[in-house]
Amino acid sequence: MSTHGPSSLKHGERHNGDANPRRKFVGQSVTRLEDPPLVTGRGTYVGNLNFPHQLHMRVVRSTYAHAIIRSIDVSAALAYPGCRGVWTGADVADIPPITFRPTSIQGLEPYRQFILARDRVRYVGEPIAVVFADDPYVAEDIADLVTMDGEQLPVILSTDTAPGEFAPGLSTEALVLRKNFGDIEAALRDAFKVVEVDVQVGRHSGVPMENRGALARIDHSRDVLECYGQGKRPHAHRDAVAALIGRSPASMHFYEGHIGGGFGVRGEIYPEDVLVCLAAQRFDRPVKWIEDRRENLLACNHSREQRHVVRGAFDEQGRLLGIDAKLWHDQGAYVRTHGARVPDMAMGTLIGAYHVPSYRTVGYVRMTNKTPAATYRSPGRFESTFACERLMDAAAEQLGLSRIEIRRRNLIPKSAYPYTRAMEILDHAVELDSGDFAGLLDKTLVHIGWDKLQAEVAARRAKGELVGVGMGFFMEKGGLGPVDGAKVTVDTRGKVQVITGASSIGQGVETVMAQIAADALGVEYRDVKVIHGRTDVLEYGIGSHASRATVMTGGATRMAALNVRRKALEFASRHLVEAPVEMLDIVDGQVVRIDRPGEPGIAIGKVAAALAPSPTTVEFGNPGLTAEGWFETAGMTHPYGIHTALVTVDPETGETRVERFHVAYDIGCAINPMLVEGQIVGGVAQGLGGALFEEFVYDERGEPLSVTFADYLMPTANEMPPVEVLITEDAPSPNNALGMKGAGEAGITGVGAAIAAAIDDAIGIPNAVTRLPVTPQRLKAILKQHQQGAVASA
Amino acid sequence: MTQKLAITLHVNGTEHEIRVEPRKTLSDALRGDCGLTGTNVGCEHGVCGACTVLLDGAPVRSCLMFAVQGQGRKLRTVEGLAASPQAGGALHALQQAFIDNHALQCGFCTSGFLMLAAGTLEQQPDIDDASLREVLSSNLCRCTGYQNILRAVRQVRDAGTGGAR
Repeated sequence: MSTHGPSSLKHGERHNGDANPRRKFVGQSVTRLEDPPLVTGRGTYVGNLNFPHQLHMRVVRSTYAHAIIRSIDVSAALAYPGCRGVWTGADVADIPPITFRPTSIQGLEPYRQFILARDRVRYVGEPIAVVFADDPYVAEDIADLVTMDGEQLPVILSTDTAPGEFAPGLSTEALVLRKNFGDIEAALRDAFKVVEVDVQVGRHSGVPMENRGALARIDHSRDVLECYGQGKRPHAHRDAVAALIGRSPASMHFYEGHIGGGFGVRGEIYPEDVLVCLAAQRFDRPVKWIEDRRENLLACNHSREQRHVVRGAFDEQGRLLGIDAKLWHDQGAYVRTHGARVPDMAMGTLIGAYHVPSYRTVGYVRMTNKTPAATYRSPGRFESTFACERLMDAAAEQLGLSRIEIRRRNLIPKSAYPYTRAMEILDHAVELDSGDFAGLLDKTLVHIGWDKLQAEVAARRAKGELVGVGMGFFMEKGGLGPVDGAKVTVDTRGKVQVITGASSIGQGVETVMAQIAADALGVEYRDVKVIHGRTDVLEYGIGSHASRATVMTGGATRMAALNVRRKALEFASRHLVEAPVEMLDIVDGQVVRIDRPGEPGIAIGKVAAALAPSPTTVEFGNPGLTAEGWFETAGMTHPYGIHTALVTVDPETGETRVERFHVAYDIGCAINPMLVEGQIVGGVAQGLGGALFEEFVYDERGEPLSVTFADYLMPTANEMPPVEVLITEDAPSPNNALGMKGAGEAGITGVGAAIAAAIDDAIGIPNAVTRLPVTPQRLKAILKQHQQGAVASA
Repeated sequence: MTQKLAITLHVNGTEHEIRVEPRKTLSDALRGDCGLTGTNVGCEHGVCGACTVLLDGAPVRSCLMFAVQGQGRKLRTVEGLAASPQAGGALHALQQAFIDNHALQCGFCTSGFLMLAAGTLEQQPDIDDASLREVLSSNLCRCTGYQNILRAVRQVRDAGTGGAR
């Protein structure tokens, strides 16, 4: 079931100073330009690419969770027929540890990871050596022959235990982050009631269907090192890897091809990516590395593991006076490229959709002997939304208000936007650009059929079923700036090429950019080809992450297309048509006179041909029907939404069955509602995974137990409920002409919160769920504990 | 172990004479030796189904078979669904339905789902919704949440064009 009701999608009403408000493709659910090669098996995933005479790299990984490396024996490996080389940490001692993104947060440098372990290993799966062979099967044979002798050290596997020693003189508590505004002490003192929750999100992650991989070679005709298989942030990571291996950025290029899912984890700089590039340089042969699934589950970024203790100070009417929140972030063994972004965002977004006069938060970032953690779709917000919404549900119970009413009383009112908070997230000031949360709540209740649903639930309960409803309200963030560029060129056949710095990780960026460019320019979207994920065709680009591509790259694409349009019309006016530029337009790829409808136009391909280099076109300005466009924005966008879940619980098995899931989301402007809905439904599936099934479990020695898809359980078609989606455009962002806010994370952010609330409601135990995922074992334990409590108090 | 054997794989109506080690998986042989990289490999332990191909008409995990086991059988991969480019390249009904219903995002699982659905609809053209969901739950997708995949396959089933281009 899905709804893009006409009442919620009113394209063309809002121009925002748009010189060209045409909406032929923007707002339409056109099919994707990406699909034809993908449905016919012509994808260019890095595993499908090969270069002649390539080497295959295989990583040898630590089997110790924490140990001092006494020795690594590579003699048998080196002696194996077909072995072309073995490296250990000593062989790459000249390569610095992997850098993280610029941040004002100090003190994380000592916790960075070297590309191969040096004196210690700190998690099972840490790369300790790499081997090279002509054949991937032989490379695996050789890797098995490398052995490490280690002196085991005590392991730290939780943030609940006291910090220990990361290295001599260095604590595993890497960082303590603080943010605050207002007078929280006064709020706690003056409160009618202080409500506290202690909740935890389990360790899980993006787990794309494509394992990581990379293929690098040197093209000597250009003296360029090319690396294929790099998504997400090609330009920034090219620069970083070039610096690590000692090349100039201009002598190295990244190419992403097709990427089999991003979700925040794919395309980061991992040790393996650097090793592949370094090996291509040192061997002067193409080098290919494709990990297997076990490696992916051991070594690709984990995420989410965080404990929150949150206290809310409420007045007698249930209004928040302040929130006092602590969190403990399980960073795993090393700080990776994101630095402390995840806890920073969790702390910055925890108060979410609510007007909170005072806020104090402390975040303890602790290292453990587990796989390093970093961002996964809706980083920090899945966790903080779960914590905040658990608090609101607890407060509703303790203050005798309905779960909806307490939220209504605390939502930031529409009139208060733009709404500032006296703190920063990721070094950006917090200014919520626009919103009407109460309006979305009203629409949600109508769209769900709230009263009818409540009646159905009551009737089923009366028959003895454990059935319940829960909601999760969330404030997202998207459109992370500050600047992005694009270049649009029309060829002599009228085909349009858009070169962007975005990254395509499956989200449909080619189609969305084509829709935006087509409307801005006045052509058919299928005539627009979008280039992405390549550092060799555009000097700058900031990739795809944080739901930013549609807003930032879309903004830049639109500017570039409008510049091309202006150029075409000005040139046509001066040299091709005897008409002032105001009388001209481009419609369906034809330059036409506005005042003479029906008169044949001039194809823009002809305009492009006329703009070929000549004395005339040089005199005109610059030749070619091409232009760049830049988009800059000071702030982020803040889309928001409400998730609602209907669940049943089987008390015998502890199984939670999700019967229905509803997502209401204000996106500002949906370029392609079908793709927005696709993003949302896919996000819900991942959210349900994190709420009910997925967890990286370790035994007491730090041995990972979730290393196959038989242990790490992701939702299948059987676990997915029907997802209903209500997309609204009631609060367009004032920060860009189309009002776009971003869609990538809308489906996942509130799932944990909604599922927890629904389970509480189903089993009739307020605040029963304090920990995700709610596995059958955990739910049975909750029910058992409650039963015993009931017996004890009877 | 590394002694290579000469075998013939019959894939999409073409015979591929290749030399492979006995331990080489069918998926690796299809991809590396036959040049058919449309079959993707997602887990190599038979859970995700990205590598699903048809073996004498039945969907199988090509990562769980050795190439030598494919000898003498009729194999079909995603490359065989659409008409060849020389023959106009018309898409199979399932391929078109996947596009029309936005049943793919990153596309990595798509070949496996297409082959699973094609094999299923050829064997059970009237399969009911519940059974179809059960069958399609044998493959993993991380992008779509399955809703649109189910919709696409149901649409083809309802049109009765499961085996057609």
